[in-house]
Amino acid sequence: MDFEMTEEQELVKANIKEFCEKYVEPIADQVDQEARFPAENIKRLAEQDMLGIPYPEEYGGAGSDYLTYIIAIEELSRACAATGFIVEANTSLACNPIYKYGSDAQKKKYLVPLCKGDILGAFALNERGTGDDAAATAVSDGNEYVLNGVKTFVWNAANAGVFIVFAKTDKSRGTGGGSAFIVPAGLPGIEVGKDVNKMGLRGAPSSEVLLKDCRIPKENLLGQEGQGPAIAGTALDASRIGIAALALGIAQGALDESISYSKERVQFGQPICNFQAIQWMLANMATEIEVSRCLAYYAAWCYDQDMPHSKEAAMAKLMASETAVRYSDSAVQIHGGMGTIKGQKVERLYRDAKITQIHGGTSIFTKMVIADNVPG
Amino acid sequence: MDFELTEKQKKIQKTAADFVKSELEPIAAELDRTKNREKLLAVLKKLAELGFMGITIDPQYGGTGADTVSFSLAMTEIGRGCASTGVTASVTNMVAEVIQAVGSQELREKYIPPLCSGEFAAGGFALTETIAGSDPAGMRMSAVADGDHWVLDGQKIFISSAEFAGVFVVWAVTDKEARKGKGISAFLVEPSFPGFRVGQLEKKLGQLASPTNELIFDNCRVPKENLLGVHNDGFRIAASELAGGRIGIGSMALGIGLAAMDFAAKYAKEQMQGNETLAGRQDVRSIIAENYTRLEGARLLLLRASSLKDQKKFYAKEASMSKVYATEAANKACHDALQIVGDYGYTQGCPTERFYRDARVTMIYEGTSEIQRLIIARELLR
Repeated sequence: MDFEMTEEQELVKANIKEFCEKYVEPIADQVDQEARFPAENIKRLAEQDMLGIPYPEEYGGAGSDYLTYIIAIEELSRACAATGFIVEANTSLACNPIYKYGSDAQKKKYLVPLCKGDILGAFALNERGTGDDAAATAVSDGNEYVLNGVKTFVWNAANAGVFIVFAKTDKSRGTGGGSAFIVPAGLPGIEVGKDVNKMGLRGAPSSEVLLKDCRIPKENLLGQEGQGPAIAGTALDASRIGIAALALGIAQGALDESISYSKERVQFGQPICNFQAIQWMLANMATEIEVSRCLAYYAAWCYDQDMPHSKEAAMAKLMASETAVRYSDSAVQIHGGMGTIKGQKVERLYRDAKITQIHGGTSIFTKMVIADNVPG
Repeated sequence: MDFELTEKQKKIQKTAADFVKSELEPIAAELDRTKNREKLLAVLKKLAELGFMGITIDPQYGGTGADTVSFSLAMTEIGRGCASTGVTASVTNMVAEVIQAVGSQELREKYIPPLCSGEFAAGGFALTETIAGSDPAGMRMSAVADGDHWVLDGQKIFISSAEFAGVFVVWAVTDKEARKGKGISAFLVEPSFPGFRVGQLEKKLGQLASPTNELIFDNCRVPKENLLGVHNDGFRIAASELAGGRIGIGSMALGIGLAAMDFAAKYAKEQMQGNETLAGRQDVRSIIAENYTRLEGARLLLLRASSLKDQKKFYAKEASMSKVYATEAANKACHDALQIVGDYGYTQGCPTERFYRDARVTMIYEGTSEIQRLIIARELLR
């Protein structure tokens, strides 16, 4: 039992922290207020091998472990959750399915540029009427599949070079008939809709993806026909640890701001951090952030050990996202009226936190995953 | 980072779990109901024989020589079976640790081996007074030098194991003029010392098998050499030892919470309501999931604090975090487990009734939740 980070993990954390101070923090507000994709920082992160941290070097990754990646996402999100999210969606949702289920040729063709950051990836699972399930269709036609349907909440879509698209190859089999496809952007029949105007994570675009008789070669099927649910499940388990790290970063950012503000802000003749009511909020924040961190790191460690980690990932995401929402609220409260003003970091964190309870499996959904895996 | 337990840690955890399953769990309800002292003492003796009364103590003093992670794991297992036994073991380990940490060689050799071997049924930790609970530095009990002795006068309250402890660590004011907290010293007191008396037994809500009494010191004569650690440095000793004790109490509380939730989860899978089991209901499943998530977080937090202590790093903040979080998670788990089981869970025929009562005091003793939060905040604002 050892909770110390390895030298590599310490180094990555320190590098990202420095990177954030230099490049991410200064533009984080602008990225949020203008809902602007931080292309310059994504490019810089790609140059530093930060878009495929947990994948082998032969596929363009940094060859680190998943835990190192989780630490990086936490640190990025502490400065700017949108930036953390763009990297997370690429790494956990787009790279993971190709790394886990792709053929060697698919890995060479798609995973390498995704890990290197030459292109960004997007994960197209959700649909209007469904959610964590798929009703889009893929019909076999000679050497091709013909894809039809509308995918919603496809993060990174506007900037994506490749999509992981889930569609039904066998309608008769219900959820069992789903398959996953690698769909390059720019093919005829694939169209990215408008960026949705969101409450938080405004710098990370999310759009609809419309598939209209989109023809893709058979070789772009990922894994086997019918493997869609397994592929999505694997990626979502991995991504829940990533979202936990994202939420953790938001919560830690809220705590950082609250500590420094409460030391400066004077009311009744003394800094408000002298008041027990404020101290209680800070203590609860710090404690539950530490709980969330332990759960997230533990889930990542389980992933790295090839141990079952569905329950662990769900627990980490549930705890971290609830913590982020609850305590970004406390942070606004500690800041008072100032906390509701645009340009104050906690105002942004408060809005950014909410999606972590939803994306990648809602809190309620994660509870069902946990309940399925507990003793009794 | 490596979350894998070492072979030694796994062995200690398993030894504790096996003992609990075969010998402690079967009698826990009886211990609670009848306060059968003979059976409790037999259990404590067996725990000592298995090495659980001096887990982190150096083998040269009869200890097991294991680490704090092992201590945490063992306390959780014992807590699953019987919290009364758990608190006795946790405090006894803490007493042995404080003697090892600051005691003279003579004191270590005299008092630690009987604590570890079970010759002493338990150790006692006497800090709290009527007017000094969360603010122990405000204590009144006095110790005055008189020739070869210290003469102790005053009262301590809420002392676990007072009836059968072989030795007590007792704090008293040795310099009334000093600034608050700077004139307190610690002493080792045997029950046979003249002027020492065990006072009334408290009637409590939970942890009924573990007796809690007041201690009365009436011109109690303590040999000079039984001053523990540095004169007038006792308050610092108490504060640092309590941090270690908090890991023990948090770990034990986690055990109570896990036992409660395991019972409720199993019950929910078997109990039918209409056409479905309780566990088939989304509300019940949500409650179970939330509780196991908190308990898992508590487990990791406790192990992290333990690991920091083992590496001789600063761990006061982490110990407080793990105590407040684990004890509150455990209380919530006991509350929710009883709720899931329903009326049956409220009866003495069902262990959830005992878990619910036993968990409550863990949020109070060895530093209330409120005090833990102030300690955490103090460290955050440094």
